[in-house]
Amino acid sequence: MNPRETTTDVSELKRPRRWHILVFLLPALAVYTAVMILPLIETLRQSFYNTVDGQYTFVGLGNFKVLFGDPRWASDFWNALKNNFVFFLIHMAVQNPIGIALAAMLSIPKLRFSAFYRTAIFLPTLLSFVIVGFIWKLILSPIWGVAPYLMDVVGLKWLFAPWLGRPDSALIAVSLISVWQYIGIPMMLIYAALLNIPDEVIEAAELDGVTGWSQFWKIKLPLILPAIGIVSILTFVGNFNAFDLIYTVQGALAGPDGSTDILGTLLYRTFFGFQLQLGDRSMGATIAAIMFLIILAGVSLYLFVIQRRMRRYQF
Amino acid sequence: MTRTTMKGLLLASSILGSAGLAEAQDVTLTIESWRNDDLAIWQEKLIPAFEAKNPGIKVVFSPSAPTEYNAALNAKLDAGSAGDLITCRPFDASLELYNKKHLADLTGLAGMENFSDVAKSAWTTDDGKTTFCVPMASVIHGFIYNKDAFDQLGISVPTTEEEFFAALDKIKADGNYIPMAMGTKDLWEAATMGYQNIGPNYWKGEEGRLALIKGEQKLTDEPWVEPFRVLAKWKDYLGDGFEAQTYPDSQNLFTLGRASIYPAGSWEIAGFNTQAQFKMGAFPPPVKKAGDTCYISDHNDIGIGLNAKSPNAEAAKTFLTWVASPEFAEIYANALPGFFSLNSTAVKMTDPLAQEFVSWREKCKPTIRSTYQILSRGTPNLENETWVASANVINGTQTPEDAAKKLQDGLDSWYKPAK
Repeated sequence: MNPRETTTDVSELKRPRRWHILVFLLPALAVYTAVMILPLIETLRQSFYNTVDGQYTFVGLGNFKVLFGDPRWASDFWNALKNNFVFFLIHMAVQNPIGIALAAMLSIPKLRFSAFYRTAIFLPTLLSFVIVGFIWKLILSPIWGVAPYLMDVVGLKWLFAPWLGRPDSALIAVSLISVWQYIGIPMMLIYAALLNIPDEVIEAAELDGVTGWSQFWKIKLPLILPAIGIVSILTFVGNFNAFDLIYTVQGALAGPDGSTDILGTLLYRTFFGFQLQLGDRSMGATIAAIMFLIILAGVSLYLFVIQRRMRRYQF
Repeated sequence: MTRTTMKGLLLASSILGSAGLAEAQDVTLTIESWRNDDLAIWQEKLIPAFEAKNPGIKVVFSPSAPTEYNAALNAKLDAGSAGDLITCRPFDASLELYNKKHLADLTGLAGMENFSDVAKSAWTTDDGKTTFCVPMASVIHGFIYNKDAFDQLGISVPTTEEEFFAALDKIKADGNYIPMAMGTKDLWEAATMGYQNIGPNYWKGEEGRLALIKGEQKLTDEPWVEPFRVLAKWKDYLGDGFEAQTYPDSQNLFTLGRASIYPAGSWEIAGFNTQAQFKMGAFPPPVKKAGDTCYISDHNDIGIGLNAKSPNAEAAKTFLTWVASPEFAEIYANALPGFFSLNSTAVKMTDPLAQEFVSWREKCKPTIRSTYQILSRGTPNLENETWVASANVINGTQTPEDAAKKLQDGLDSWYKPAK
């Protein structure tokens, strides 16, 4: 065959329409649209409607004006947003560095029982938040808890306080419980990234005399930065959607004195109502819309600003 | 023994059921409720008693978790999937359901004449014309105490505020018992067992409550701030780490005999009777000075109504008429000591603790919880705010005056008393 013939063959050959791709995508697309996209659109739509004089009518940005303009709604909202940021910052400051450290330690080739540690640390992530919530409520209980007992054994009883019941410590305590539960996720992602670094790179570094700590800081850390970026964005989305753990540990009023109230619990109380408070769907949808915008803004910031500037290395 | 009876009942009901099928269409009624603790009583006592008399009607009791009940029920009613019979929360939650036409008008139901207007007040429209739920039971607040502990320490039952705190001091000085079992973690304990328990003595029950609704009194007035001030004093008598003590913790502390006084609602009686190994007694909230009229919170708590969209309305009405009968009242009040019948016919109760609670109805003036009628209609919700405020006051993170002011400001923001 001469080359000319081959080219004409290819150009004449009509590329078949690859219908199967569409067919295979369809179920996932249909399910995702039905359970995610449509409810999202419906929620956003509902945030522009409210009941005025018994009539369900379009109120434009009226609900948002109430949320930010009415001093009570606004103080509840800003309190929840502030707490949510604290919740997020504690995760970023505690969960992710410890996750990276654990992953780095696990990837030391000489470490024995690393599979056991890996499983043990990842296990809480698989537990239901209900179980985690109740376990920690019991551990920290000043009456039956194992925490005050153990602290007593080592002579640190005076340090113990009913952390979950104090306005100044409750949010920190709940955040740390959440960190304990989810630390397996950054650990696993970063562990995988560390394993992906080719041995040649490490060997070259060792030949150049870069070992130990400086090897971690100068070689490994830059190479796992994209994974850290992913972990951060997952933490951000997870934290601003959080609700379950706070609900199980502190209840729907997110006490004491609203000190653990985050956007998720505020949304729950508003939308579904609580005790004598009746649910207000329109205001609930408004809060949900704001949450959506916050998460959208965070993810966009990451996708369009941070991720583009991140250097990637190809091996 | 019980097993055989159960089997017998099951057999009987299945035979009755199939007999009904042969004759006519069998009707199954479903009851929505938040009282999942009562499942056994309904299944073993109440439903068989009803079904024995009304062949052809079957009843299923289907409860959900108390904190989720209101939200779940509203969702089910909107979707049209709710049961035929709806257990009614008192006041506005149910009134709202009636206004949305989810609950049927029961004013003319046979058996309604067995209830006084006060009993019906929790499930009647503001103009007093329409009643939409059959009253089932009320609960009374007071204090349950460990009789053995009191005898051991030589304490007599306190009747005034001064005696009450003297008793607490004595228990504290002795050191064997935690003086009072209450925590602030769950918030509602502080409000319901604290503020609403002792409060009526200060705001003079109905007098103060109605004045508040009419706008003649404010939550910042002395009768409403003083109970907060008394509550603030409770702090010193609660157990270690009470800030993180939950409601079940408090119950266990008391029934295990580690605490001597439990600020209670009468609904605890059944549970405490089976758990506690010591003798228990009860006393009403102490009055300020000896000889003062005492007021108690005798709060309408449970009613039962008809889903307006129920396809089995006739059968459901038969059931509701039975619920309104003295027969139901007697079974219910004895199966659940502490839930006192609202039926005008006096019900014989065998439980001594329940008898003690109900005896206060004769010497004290009853009222209902101040936040329930009308005042919790708007946002911010006065009841929920009272939970937070009461817990703050006991924790010492807010002064009684500030707490009262915050509540009044919240109320003022939406509530305009009719002039």
